[in-house]
Amino acid sequence: MFDFESYHKAESVDEAIALLAQNPKSIPLAGGTDVLVRLHQHHQDYRHVVDIHGLKELKEISKNPNGVIRIGSGVTFTTLTEHPLITGNIPVLAQGASSVGGPQVRNVGTVGGNICNGAPSADSAAPLLILNATVVLKGTQGQREIPLHEFYQGPGKVDRMESEILTSIVIAPENYQCWFAKYHKYAMRDAMDIATIGCAGACNIEGGLVNQLRLAYTVAGPTPLRCWKTEQIAKGAKADESLLELVKSSVLKDLRPRDSWRASKDFRQHVIQTLAQRVLQAILNQCGEVKP
Amino acid sequence: MAVGKSVQRKDGVAKVTGKARYTDDFSMPGMRVAKYLRSPIAHGRVVRIDTTRAEKLPGVDGVFTFHDVPKNTFATAGHPFSLDPEHGDVADRLLLTDCARFQGDEVAVVVTRDDMTAHKALSLIEVEYENLKPLIRMQDVLAHDAPELHKRSRNLIKEHAYTVGGDYKKAIEESDHLIEGVFETQIVQHCHLENHSSYAYMDDMDRIVIVSSTQIPHIARRIVSEALNFPLSRIRVIKPHIGGGFGNKQDVILEPMVAFLTLKLGGIPIRLKLNREECMVGTRVRHPLHIQVKAGISQEGNLNVIDYDAVSNTGAYASHGHSIVSAAAAKTHYMYPRAIYRCRARTIYGNFPSAGAMRGYGSPQIIFAVESLMEDAARKLGIDSVDFRLKNAVKPGDINQIGKRPIVTAGLIECIEKGRDLIDWDKKRATLQTPQTGPVRKGLGIACFSYLSGTYPSCVEPASARLILNQDGSVNLLVGATEIGQGSDTVFAQMTAETLGTSYEKVHVVSNQDTDVTPFDSGAYASRQTYVTGQAVMRAASELKDKILAYAGVITGMNPGELDIDEGNIVIAKSRQTAVMSLKDLSMDAYYNKNRGGQITSEVSCKALTNAPSYGCTVVDLEIDIPMCKVKINEIYNIHDAGVIINPLTSEGQIHGGMAMGIGAALFEVLMVDPDSGRIYNNNMLDYKVPTIMDIPGLGSGFVQTHEPTHPYGSKSLGEPPVLTPAPAIRNAILDATGIAINELPMNPKTLFTHFKNAGLL
Repeated sequence: MFDFESYHKAESVDEAIALLAQNPKSIPLAGGTDVLVRLHQHHQDYRHVVDIHGLKELKEISKNPNGVIRIGSGVTFTTLTEHPLITGNIPVLAQGASSVGGPQVRNVGTVGGNICNGAPSADSAAPLLILNATVVLKGTQGQREIPLHEFYQGPGKVDRMESEILTSIVIAPENYQCWFAKYHKYAMRDAMDIATIGCAGACNIEGGLVNQLRLAYTVAGPTPLRCWKTEQIAKGAKADESLLELVKSSVLKDLRPRDSWRASKDFRQHVIQTLAQRVLQAILNQCGEVKP
Repeated sequence: MAVGKSVQRKDGVAKVTGKARYTDDFSMPGMRVAKYLRSPIAHGRVVRIDTTRAEKLPGVDGVFTFHDVPKNTFATAGHPFSLDPEHGDVADRLLLTDCARFQGDEVAVVVTRDDMTAHKALSLIEVEYENLKPLIRMQDVLAHDAPELHKRSRNLIKEHAYTVGGDYKKAIEESDHLIEGVFETQIVQHCHLENHSSYAYMDDMDRIVIVSSTQIPHIARRIVSEALNFPLSRIRVIKPHIGGGFGNKQDVILEPMVAFLTLKLGGIPIRLKLNREECMVGTRVRHPLHIQVKAGISQEGNLNVIDYDAVSNTGAYASHGHSIVSAAAAKTHYMYPRAIYRCRARTIYGNFPSAGAMRGYGSPQIIFAVESLMEDAARKLGIDSVDFRLKNAVKPGDINQIGKRPIVTAGLIECIEKGRDLIDWDKKRATLQTPQTGPVRKGLGIACFSYLSGTYPSCVEPASARLILNQDGSVNLLVGATEIGQGSDTVFAQMTAETLGTSYEKVHVVSNQDTDVTPFDSGAYASRQTYVTGQAVMRAASELKDKILAYAGVITGMNPGELDIDEGNIVIAKSRQTAVMSLKDLSMDAYYNKNRGGQITSEVSCKALTNAPSYGCTVVDLEIDIPMCKVKINEIYNIHDAGVIINPLTSEGQIHGGMAMGIGAALFEVLMVDPDSGRIYNNNMLDYKVPTIMDIPGLGSGFVQTHEPTHPYGSKSLGEPPVLTPAPAIRNAILDATGIAINELPMNPKTLFTHFKNAGLL
């Protein structure tokens, strides 16, 4: 039994926005895999719910003739894992999505919910960050689009105004065409777990040199983070095993892992460095620059 | 012939189709819910408690605190009563407490119309605590100025020490090598699928009916009677289907409270059901042990002495207390009985959830220490780990030095040999370089165990079985022993069919125990039921058969001695094809002939006066990714000498489950308690890392079938043993791969990181 004070089922995004605007205390409920846990714990901040679960207009995945991929925020992890537009163009996002929870959670949990929940551990976040994804928000004041890394503001905090719904996530063609990418979730078990550290990397290589590197981590700071400094350093570096050392020696400067009972800081730092190497090795293997 | 066949489980279809009814599947009109108010601190005294606001909330039937409960302490361990007061369990518990001894201790309880009202009512109870220092670490508990968790306990429940098998001092002096080690095991939790749940009501003015998910309905009845000072004969305990227990339901946890509440509230039905978070702290856990072990060994590799000193921490309340480490010490001795065996063991209190019975009952901890030390010994002497164990393992005819009894069946050597061959040990050993280099290293490991098939002679071993010939020629079997998922009903039916001469399908086992109806048995624990209850079942089947044949003699005028039962027919013993009559015709005559007969039944209640050691080992082939701090098991086998296997398929299932649980304890699971505050970090399934199907490798098993003469079908224990050896085998394989001995559990990535870092591998 849940201790709701109010519950509204929205029939459209516009109705959801109106309902959210009417009651600033209300929380959108999408897949429910985060919100229901809070409700189960009788959390004080989760007593007013606007249900957007199953809204068709949030469920679409499309690719326009220019190659722009648009993912509705209500798309489930299972769909992300299996959809040909995802597996064919941005398989790194399918890797992230397939690492979430177990099959039941992936069947209902949504990518929009995963992002809006603001968790530092969100499994879709690291892949979306290296895809330079932008998020589209719609509210009473209209529609806006911002880069995902700016949307994250702090632990559990995102740049979503009370009336806003995150409607879609957009990935431009220049961010996935000619890129090789890989996500690795490091956790204490191989399913049904929260990441100890998650790492997504992407490389664009020309003539044996790194044209561009992108690297993002989860649980390595208050929000999912890009490794801007390391990415700068890697520019123009040789795309061989020396790159692994280069990135390993730099990556900690970009991140702020913390000590907690779940894992110590030095263990997390070790995993961060190890994953940098493993993820980059996998990317280099993919693009055939370095044979395993 | 039904014994030895992989017949389908009696409860299989009901369980997979959802037809099987568990405690929570029953409800009654007007049923109320009860919920505990749990202490937020690990150690403290309640100085003020005010329930006024909660009582006034609409929908609240009652609020009870320490002031309202009977003031006699009771023991909760699910043991049969001990006539020897010295051997009884420690009575240190009240229904509700005014002194919190762990984070989650039960301070008050509300009875309300629904869960939501219960939650609100709990939030309206005001409690003020006087904080006391939480005692978690062994040295804090035993410090001379430590506050006592229980009055006059000195925080020590019990201790004992003995040396058996010869002259200890001389054997130490004659040993060429003394190997020592210190081992720490962690708190783990059973994580049975079905949480604890009970409800109670009164069906007239003075009888309490309790329906509960319990392994021990008859014992629960007695303990409720003791806790409430209420006559035993006016308490009835019913056990429906159970979703696992692993020892955590061999303890009386909710039953006294629901009985108390219904008694207080005029007999209304009241359900008390724990959620997962409560279940992980408010029931029982496995005892963490600190074990110092020493072994004296000759240059040739003969084990002269095993000596250990164990401190077992039972947490906030005694529960099974000292029995755990005491039983484990006795059972482990059967493995290397030719060595002198010295043991000292203490059990202490601590401010964390109570430790009680859990699959293996202390043996997983002791065996982790002993089998790790045996590995260290073999390595020190440069003897192959398998050969070292073959040299020292028990042989039939060896004497158990504690009980001074000969060991009759002992297939440990054959188990080790079978394991060695299954995993291709010799070939793999020859190809593994030492020392290894590189980020990924491979290792082989082995560990052995001994266990018993019940608790005799430490405890009484009662069992009963009742058989009724139905009108259609089938039989009903009633036992007090409980099916909790392990498959006991199935093997009892197989035994009955085997002895009676009827088919397995014609034996119906009444699965739900009811203390008003089912005959007495102490229940599911100590891997005892196949061995102990099996004896009662065989005798009841044999008696029923004699009665049936005698009645066949009455009907036919033939000599019963010349008759037999075969596939449900009375046949001529010498020419079995000749059916004299069907069991159905015989039964109809017995029930309805106006001038003779009567319902044909048999009932046997007996006590096992023997016990039989069972044996086995785990062999494992694994690899470790050192930078990733992760272990990958390539192959793992458990080989068991459990005597004659009654049902190969369900036995294999039992082994798989036990191995998975053992791997969980080895590599994943720990209930984390802050050593300063007593705060419990991870009482949920996200942060308590019970392995998933993705984490468990392919599991292999094998049997060495000895024929145990003290059991009517030659069988020995198999319920708990599969969990005993995965952890030490894995530890030994990690040592083989990396040269690093990890003497603590779990060997999860965090632990591996620390050890690898300290050793300079990272």
